Amino acid sequence: MQYQLKINGETRTVDAEPGTPLLWILRDELQLTGTKFGCGVAYCGACTVHVDGYPTRSCQTFVEDAVDSEITTIEGATDKVAQAVLEAWREKDVVQCGWCQSGQIMSAIGLLTENPKPTDEDIKDYMNGNACRCVTYVRINEAIKLASQKLEA
Amino acid sequence: MTINVSRRGFLKASAAGTTALLVGINAKGVLAAGSTAAAATDLNPFVKIDADGTVTVIIKHFEMGQGTTTGLTTLVAEELDADWDAVRTDFAPADVDRYKNLFFGAQGTGGSTSIANSFMQYREAGAAARDLLVRAAADSWGVDTATITVESGVIKSGSKSGHFGEFVAAASTMEAIEKPAVKTPDQFKLIGSDKLHRKDNTGKTNGTAMFAMDVNLPGMIYAAIMRSPKFGGTVVSFDDSAAKDVGGFIAAQVLPNKAGVVAFGKNTWAAFQARDALSVEWDFSAAETRSTDAMVADHLALLDAPQFDANHEVPLASVAPILADAAKTINAQFTFPFLAHAPLEPENCTIEPVGDGVRVHDGCQFPTLTRPMVAATLGLDPAKVEIRTLYAGGSFGRRANAASDYNVEAAMAFAVSGRKVPVKLVWSREDDIKGGYYRPMSAHRAKIGLDADGKIVGWDHRLATKSIAKGGPFDGMVQNGIDPTSVEGVAESLYTLPNMGIGLSDFTTAVPINWWRSVGHTHTGFVMESLMDMVATETGQDPIEMRLAMLDPAGANQARMIEAIKLVREISGWEKGDKRGFAAHFSFSTCVAVVADVTVEDTSVHVNKLFMAVECGVAVNPDVIRAQMEGGAGYALSAIFRNEVTLTDGEVDQYNFPDYELLRNPEMPEIEVAIVSSNNAPTGVGEPGVPPTGPAVANAIFAKTGKRIMDLPMTKAGFDFV
Repeated sequence: MQYQLKINGETRTVDAEPGTPLLWILRDELQLTGTKFGCGVAYCGACTVHVDGYPTRSCQTFVEDAVDSEITTIEGATDKVAQAVLEAWREKDVVQCGWCQSGQIMSAIGLLTENPKPTDEDIKDYMNGNACRCVTYVRINEAIKLASQKLEA
Repeated sequence: MTINVSRRGFLKASAAGTTALLVGINAKGVLAAGSTAAAATDLNPFVKIDADGTVTVIIKHFEMGQGTTTGLTTLVAEELDADWDAVRTDFAPADVDRYKNLFFGAQGTGGSTSIANSFMQYREAGAAARDLLVRAAADSWGVDTATITVESGVIKSGSKSGHFGEFVAAASTMEAIEKPAVKTPDQFKLIGSDKLHRKDNTGKTNGTAMFAMDVNLPGMIYAAIMRSPKFGGTVVSFDDSAAKDVGGFIAAQVLPNKAGVVAFGKNTWAAFQARDALSVEWDFSAAETRSTDAMVADHLALLDAPQFDANHEVPLASVAPILADAAKTINAQFTFPFLAHAPLEPENCTIEPVGDGVRVHDGCQFPTLTRPMVAATLGLDPAKVEIRTLYAGGSFGRRANAASDYNVEAAMAFAVSGRKVPVKLVWSREDDIKGGYYRPMSAHRAKIGLDADGKIVGWDHRLATKSIAKGGPFDGMVQNGIDPTSVEGVAESLYTLPNMGIGLSDFTTAVPINWWRSVGHTHTGFVMESLMDMVATETGQDPIEMRLAMLDPAGANQARMIEAIKLVREISGWEKGDKRGFAAHFSFSTCVAVVADVTVEDTSVHVNKLFMAVECGVAVNPDVIRAQMEGGAGYALSAIFRNEVTLTDGEVDQYNFPDYELLRNPEMPEIEVAIVSSNNAPTGVGEPGVPPTGPAVANAIFAKTGKRIMDLPMTKAGFDFV
């Protein structure tokens, strides 16, 4: 089947079997490999992208369900909130292995877009779905606070 | 001479048509300079400086998140006086002569040795490059080298100044000093600086960092493998008729070693779907068929009759009469489960045909193992196997595998595919959790004798576990039948422990096991520090004072441990009668002391805060050290709280993260890390944060509840974690 997808502001046409997760379309067909595979069961958040602005697990989003939506991946995360988050992530040296971080960042952008001044509890609740095996949570939470301050300034 | 494929490709890719200065180890094994312009340089460099002034540090270790790219770059940039922000990094090709780990004699990463073994080597390479550039500048300007200063990649003498690139051509024709002088610690600008950002933090935040699973090659096909549900099973026959209904399915074939059936697909999803649709008949005659309960019982039975005396100075038999005369004894028994490493990037490897050889795309932790194993699988000369190392999405030991298991699987898949197109093997998370190479199960039993004053007079310590090193390429580590990774942390304790006998038994099983972040210390640290807490409780001593009294300051490592313990006591504000938990452990030549503060409500435990102090010699990158302590502590918490791999009739019960739950963001305690100021040679930091964290938490739970946790994970004791 052919599908037209709107990804990072561009229309992309892909050939895929119905039921193929968006994750594998992004990674294998479109070479947008910033979106990562971690568990395949929507339990770790490494595959998080934005679908119509909301953080969504691409490993559980079928290609046919994504056709009429605006999809944003880490490669297309360039708005004001995204810039603040990326800067904060680098200033706090959050990353270790890095595999989960695209997903963490896409969730953090979602959080700050909805709630520009989250409390510590807001951050922990919102980020609960993104697992980090290197356990960079302390810095993730600090970076979100820093990004929030940057957005306020 | 033979120029291997990897070096030729590597230099070509980096030459870009202009001369670059190279400094590294030559064929004689000494530091030398060279040029990319030379027709046949025998140099594989540690540092390359291009005509535009770009400095590239060649990283001989792999990067799994531990910060080695940043660390090795710091060492070169420090001595070179380079501009930190203008330095880039590349991973080294497979070349054991030039890029071996100086502690192993093999090219590989492990044992928290990357900075320690490279500390002088990379600094000397940087210093030699600086010296060449200074001499070239002095020649060019007609000045004495003594008039020259170098700062942030700019060379100056009086009114003259220029950047590194201007002197590269001249410098690359000069002889390098084999043993250049390096800076004294008071001259360090970058080593010890808190202001350096990680070299990998841009690529890993904008999606551009290349990991092995991100490799995409023209014509590439994808592979997934159906492995035996019981470890050690082999394929009898298979039926792929259902797989033929999967869109994108290409073919299925038995692996040459009969350990599984590989399904090929046009993309990862097709390969997974087709693999899941295979129906395979297995021969389980050589397979592990026990359940976990039986395996635990078998470990405990092994404790009754130890096979080896791991402390030959104090045979176990000599301890019994001492314990018989002791005023009091403490008896304790501990059990530990199999644990999966669960790196967040599941295992994967791509094999690409290149000329009459192959290129292996991998987050390669041990090129010296992977290269010959892939070569042997494909019947190739190892020189025909190029290793392209990419970022690894975690490892925690999983990728340092004596069997190079997933690389060999990829090579087998490539072989049966016909060797015409690149093959990418991808493991699903289920493959990873069920796929073995676990931290081995273990059991410990200790009987500690105390005299009437509460002093330890004798100690009978027994443990049973499967040896990691025996029977493989690491067999040379085994001495007198004893695998040091089985007993490390109990054997050669820093504490003064009179009459301590150690009995070891090897457990046998077809379940494949492997080093898991901090290896034997994962269980020995927990046992020793729980036992020390039990002795302190039994004898009414403060746990910190008691340990300090048992460390002889005349010993170099004991003195370092005393510093770490005193530092954590200070930052945590520890007081006598404190209701927090304390533990300290020496591993990978590093001392870490931890104070854990927990809240227990009914059976729910929350770890509020961890205080950690580390003595790891010179702190090359203090912020990376803090990050490794934070991560090591968190990695330990996930394991001790609730992680275990169990078997029923030989089949793994867990399947994915829902039943192998990683530590989550809200569960991470506040954490404060202090680094002991030290000019000792640097020691490891990737692993040493793990061992003392678990017992510090267990001792804190005991302090709050009076309940001693001896069977892991802690959920077995009825606790849950919030």
